Amino acid sequence: MQFVAEVGDATERSVAYVGGLAQLFGKSLQLLFLSPLKRSRLLDRTVHQAMAVGVGALPIISLITFFVGVIIALQGAYELQRLGAMQLVASLVSISITRELGPLVTSIVVIGRSGSAFAAEIGTMRVTEELDALETMALNPVAFLVVPKFLAMAVMMPCLAIWADLMGVMGGCLFGVVGANFTFGSYLIATREALVLHDVTTGIVKSLVFGLVITAVGCQEGFSTGAGAEEVGRSTTSAVVISILLVILIDLVFTTLFYVARGVA
Amino acid sequence: MDAPAELAPVISARDLRVRYGDRDVLRGLTFEVRHGETMVVIGGSGSGKSTLLRTVVGLKKPSSGEVRIKGVDIAKAPAREVDAIRKKIGLAFQDGALIGSLSVGENIALPLLEHTTLEPTTVEVMVRIKLEQVGLSGCENYGPSQLSGGMRKRAAFARALAMDPEILFFDEPSAGLDPITAAGIDDLILNLKKAYAMTMVVVTHELASAFLIADRIILLDRGNIVAMGPAQEVKNSRHPRVRQFLDRIADSTQDDDVDHLRMYTEGIR
Repeated sequence: MQFVAEVGDATERSVAYVGGLAQLFGKSLQLLFLSPLKRSRLLDRTVHQAMAVGVGALPIISLITFFVGVIIALQGAYELQRLGAMQLVASLVSISITRELGPLVTSIVVIGRSGSAFAAEIGTMRVTEELDALETMALNPVAFLVVPKFLAMAVMMPCLAIWADLMGVMGGCLFGVVGANFTFGSYLIATREALVLHDVTTGIVKSLVFGLVITAVGCQEGFSTGAGAEEVGRSTTSAVVISILLVILIDLVFTTLFYVARGVA
Repeated sequence: MDAPAELAPVISARDLRVRYGDRDVLRGLTFEVRHGETMVVIGGSGSGKSTLLRTVVGLKKPSSGEVRIKGVDIAKAPAREVDAIRKKIGLAFQDGALIGSLSVGENIALPLLEHTTLEPTTVEVMVRIKLEQVGLSGCENYGPSQLSGGMRKRAAFARALAMDPEILFFDEPSAGLDPITAAGIDDLILNLKKAYAMTMVVVTHELASAFLIADRIILLDRGNIVAMGPAQEVKNSRHPRVRQFLDRIADSTQDDDVDHLRMYTEGIR
């Protein structure tokens, strides 16, 4: 009985947590349209966030997805070679990168760079009473801090995912040119023939949702920080762990849905 | 300098109670702060004075009772009304609570840029004036972490003053400062009082500074008001708990309980 009660408790807590995330998102959406703060200043803060979240992540995301592209090509070639189907490397890489790994790797990197930073920033502001200071200055902390982060993520995550797709394909291309009998041009043509628009949009929709989830978790963890520097560390850690878990879960749901929808169509 | 009695109180609290979990922090406080007066709240650590300040400005919701600032119930009024009130108050936090990602100048400019339609150049001038007022001219471009504790407090004052508030709140303005800097802060408060006739609420445990700046004093002990009145009256009070606090006598555990009981039997002044 004890065990059942514990499972029930944990379930209730998880549902409440996700409810909290949804509430934060809803509040931000409301404050985006009915913000008491100035619009031009909101835009400034959003651009500032977008630079940190998006542009700052470009080099590391390029590097990682390029390598992932090479790895997928190598790994795929291992099997495809036995079947004598090396020409399928291009389509294998492009489909797995655009539908799955591009958005996923992007969001893991963004969690590490920005999700953790959101939690640490807001958590520190909680500890140093900066959140209270904002409130007494009639600056709603959600409108002031969270809305620009949501906006920046909603714009930058799809952009990063598209860039990651490109770099992943380039990684595959490196193997294709060196290890299989492709030229740069013929590899790109093979990639274009393998992909349909739907593959790319699937990835972009995913990355948008991932971005919103990462922001919500990072900010929520920041706000729930207790007193003391130690608590900021704890918030940052759980922001990263929970974000990764949720992103993978949502990815699973999406992929299943797309798979089922494909079967129907 | 008593304000005319017919003026409505700027802040009024009625039977204010606050609980943290199962611990009563404020046990039914009733008081008023009149227009233009400086009310100093003194009390030991854990007496609830910081909680009182946080409750009055609406950062903490009372578990029962109410606080009104200029007639608005700060815990229950709609956000828009509360924001309107908050634009008329300034709060200087104990450790400054300056936004770490902004420079000192940007911190002071923040409420002006967000809430007014002033040109950036005008705001720049106002920031310079506010910084000069607190003796920090030329510090606009420093980050909060580059300032000393005393300078951070002064910068926080400047930010609290930015919107030319009607009511100023200070949380422990001289705590943790050397005597010279602390005296400077007292002077600053006295100057503000003289020059702008602002209503001020100061929370402190520094007795010397409390009696220097106060018009009236509230002495808090374990969430109760044990003494309230003009500074001189509190200074001469013969209430044992007041005397103990003012004469800096350490608690002995036995007396403590007796005093605690006496506090209830004598009632709240």
